[in-house]
Amino acid sequence: MACVLGMLATGCGSDQSITSPVTEPAREIDTLWWAMFAGGMVIFGIVLGLLVLAYVRRRRSSDPDRAERVSYAVILGGGMVAPVVLLAVLFAFVIRVMPAVSAPEPGSTSLTVEVTGHQWYWEVRYPGTDAVTANEIHLPAGTPVRIVARTADVIHSFWVPRLNRKIDMIPGRTNSIELDVPKVGTYRGQCSEFCGLGHAEMAFEVIVQPPAAFRRWLDHEAQPAETPAGGAAAAGQEEFQSASCEDCHTIRGTPADGKVGPDLTHIGSRRTLAALTIPNTPGDLYQWITNPQGWKPGSRMPGFASLPASARRALVSYLEGLR
Amino acid sequence: MAVESPAPAAAARIDRLERIWAERPGLTGWLTTTDHKRIALLYLATSLAFFAAGGAEALAMRTQLAQPNERVIGPATYDQLMTMHGVTMIFFFVIPLSIGAFGNYLVPLMIGARDMAFPRMNALSYWLFLGSGLLVYTSLLLGMAPDAGWFDYVPLASRRFSPGLGIDFYALGLILNGVSSSAAAANFLVTIAKLRAPGMSLNRMPLFCYAILATSFSLIFALPPLTADLVFLELDRKLGFKFFDVAHGGDPLLWQHLFWIFGHPEVYIIVLPAFGIATSIIPTFTRRMMAAFPLVAVAELLVAFIGFGVWVHHMFATGLPATTMVFFAAASLIIVIPSGIQIFAWCMTMVTGRPEFKTPLLFIVGFIVFFVFGGLSGITLAAVPFDQQVTDTYYVVAHFHYVIWGAAVFPLLGGLYYWFPKVTGRMYYERVGQLTFWLVFAGTNLTFFPMHISGMLGMPRRVWTYPGGLGWNVENLLSTIGAFFLAGGLVVLLANLVVSAYRGAPAGPNPFGGGTLEWATSSPPPAYNFDVIPQVTSAYACWDDADRADDRRRLETGELVLEEGHETTASTPVDGHLDEILHMPSESPWPFVLGIVATLGTAFVLTDHYLIAAVAVALAAAVLTLWHAKEPAAA
Repeated sequence: MACVLGMLATGCGSDQSITSPVTEPAREIDTLWWAMFAGGMVIFGIVLGLLVLAYVRRRRSSDPDRAERVSYAVILGGGMVAPVVLLAVLFAFVIRVMPAVSAPEPGSTSLTVEVTGHQWYWEVRYPGTDAVTANEIHLPAGTPVRIVARTADVIHSFWVPRLNRKIDMIPGRTNSIELDVPKVGTYRGQCSEFCGLGHAEMAFEVIVQPPAAFRRWLDHEAQPAETPAGGAAAAGQEEFQSASCEDCHTIRGTPADGKVGPDLTHIGSRRTLAALTIPNTPGDLYQWITNPQGWKPGSRMPGFASLPASARRALVSYLEGLR
Repeated sequence: MAVESPAPAAAARIDRLERIWAERPGLTGWLTTTDHKRIALLYLATSLAFFAAGGAEALAMRTQLAQPNERVIGPATYDQLMTMHGVTMIFFFVIPLSIGAFGNYLVPLMIGARDMAFPRMNALSYWLFLGSGLLVYTSLLLGMAPDAGWFDYVPLASRRFSPGLGIDFYALGLILNGVSSSAAAANFLVTIAKLRAPGMSLNRMPLFCYAILATSFSLIFALPPLTADLVFLELDRKLGFKFFDVAHGGDPLLWQHLFWIFGHPEVYIIVLPAFGIATSIIPTFTRRMMAAFPLVAVAELLVAFIGFGVWVHHMFATGLPATTMVFFAAASLIIVIPSGIQIFAWCMTMVTGRPEFKTPLLFIVGFIVFFVFGGLSGITLAAVPFDQQVTDTYYVVAHFHYVIWGAAVFPLLGGLYYWFPKVTGRMYYERVGQLTFWLVFAGTNLTFFPMHISGMLGMPRRVWTYPGGLGWNVENLLSTIGAFFLAGGLVVLLANLVVSAYRGAPAGPNPFGGGTLEWATSSPPPAYNFDVIPQVTSAYACWDDADRADDRRRLETGELVLEEGHETTASTPVDGHLDEILHMPSESPWPFVLGIVATLGTAFVLTDHYLIAAVAVALAAAVLTLWHAKEPAAA
């Protein structure tokens, strides 16, 4: 038990720890957990106590009739009466917490964000704007936001442990959850329904900003990409069109409108690549374009090692310039 | 009985029984046997071989997960191993071992019968099980094993997202396996209802048989939804049906509902025989009958029954209405009660008895610890909001390994030790046995306990790798070390049993002073189990010395020796009054042949050779005709 407490305590502050909640619903679930944990340890202790008692009394013989009477009393008390009482309490607790984590009504929040699971990345849209991004969800602090979760292919599950419970993304269904994060910060989430080869590398970040900063971000994100003035970046844009990148990716404001991979309109401003698999630096992006399978086996993105290094470098400077 | 030197008349009767029940020698004997004990040994050897495979898969996965960002095996292999591990441990290890091996060996002996009710169907169950296992494992050898996880959610498992043959191996293999299990379950139901020795009314039936009865009922009702689900999946995959395709009015949640209507009762199917073994071992080593015997019997049946009303707790994150979730949460909590009754009954039998902590009882103590711990973490998963947090994380992996490995398999390991003298006629090494308990107990905790923590720290299950820096590294390394430690302990355990089988001291009929009827016959039991069909007047018939002395007297007089042919007694289902003498079929090659034909037929469906598959069906019909042809009269 000390071991559990110790390990969970050191885990507090870990990016995906259930025991370091930052919102009200996550806190309620955390409280429910510790209550169940405490109760469970007491019950576990009682059973262990009985086993120790059996060992201690192993040479003591008891009167059979009395033994059966005592046994019935303990069995009915411990196996029926106590569970009925304890489970009723737990059940009441559960029913009390459920509304806190329930799906919000449409229109109950001023902001809605649509998140769509793909093999293997997250598409993020802000209805009412043209903004489309991937693998990072920007939210304003202290504002209730309704997250609407869908899938484009197989079942995924949307989960940011420190913010709220998970919701599955199931074909033909729309699930939703409320995220109302009081604190500015970055919170890691990860797909939690097995979805194939890239399941382990399907993470995302919720980036909570002060409301004004969020507004600025959203306005900028809704803009189309700027056309590069010239040089390597302009060459990169041509490369992007000729090397079939645009078959899969969209860059708003350019002819590229593929729907297989993530929207790259403002990729230069994102923190990571490939759903949090690697950081977004020019060097990493170059590696990624060269050999995506080496970083994320199973990724739908083909490698472009056959392109001349100069072309790949041009692509990098074009994409990193899309801020 | 057979160990004492019998009087001349008795010796002549035993001779006659030996001749009547003799089977063919050598390999042919094993292929044509209908002896429930030999079929049980086939199940034992096969399920242990699959266990070794499933264990190797687990060790490969744990090696890959030992450290963050490992590249020992890639996701394609990992996903196959992960799926095969689950499928193997559930369908090809635990169920065949608990029901096929333990159930088969013990139920007829415990109820004083000479065989199962349908001996040839019993053999067929085994051959179909072997066929299904080999079929599914063919996929792994071909490098195209199923890779959508053991619960195989659509649409990931649909043809569009899993175009290879892997999922077809899974679906068709499990359909075949389901036929095997259904046949076995029906056989147990009839055997337990009708073949009990005269005098064994329901209230005198051993609790192990109650557990197998409950398990068999569960199997009969749980397998059809799974089979329907698998047939829908194959119709979708092979013939373009749309059961699960949203674009055409199907629904992927249909798969989940049908799967878990099977899947949760399945948990109790796995764990109930373990309860039965616990209720067999505890009275023997505490020298006292089970406390609250009738309550425990009812609790075993109730667990199986309520187990059918809890499946939605596997689907709390799918977005079902709150009222639905509340109902299933309540049902999932209520099942605590029959489980609690049994836990306290096991404990109180030990507290008020005089327990002798030999190896089998140690494994039962370990089982109680794991079952209570895994049960408590199970209760937390019925608490809807908490489940919605931790479902599909390592917390769940920890929970169900405590239940399935700790609670279901520990009694099986204890049972291997407990009935080892009965099956082999020799004793195992007690001190090594106790050592193996501590090794396996420690290994289990070291492997599975840290998974609770990594799950609470947000590690999802079914990931082939994970980044460092999320606080999961220590837990994963400990789990990996634990897994290898556990495997080492199991090797020692197996070595103890193998060496003991050749070198152990002779055991005699009842080395532990057990109270159920299997201890009334010699070790190993003769092909006909009992020289005389025993008469029963209590739940612990082997402790009734007068009755057993009476058996020896009846052997002299020839009463219920049934020395005229391949026969056993049938009794009334409730009161256990002698009803009639049944003539039992003898050994036959047809179950084996039908097993081969059915497996090949399935393989041809799998590879889209429907015409040849139709030929296989016709062949199967022909085999069934031969099966029912009159066998030559017994010697």
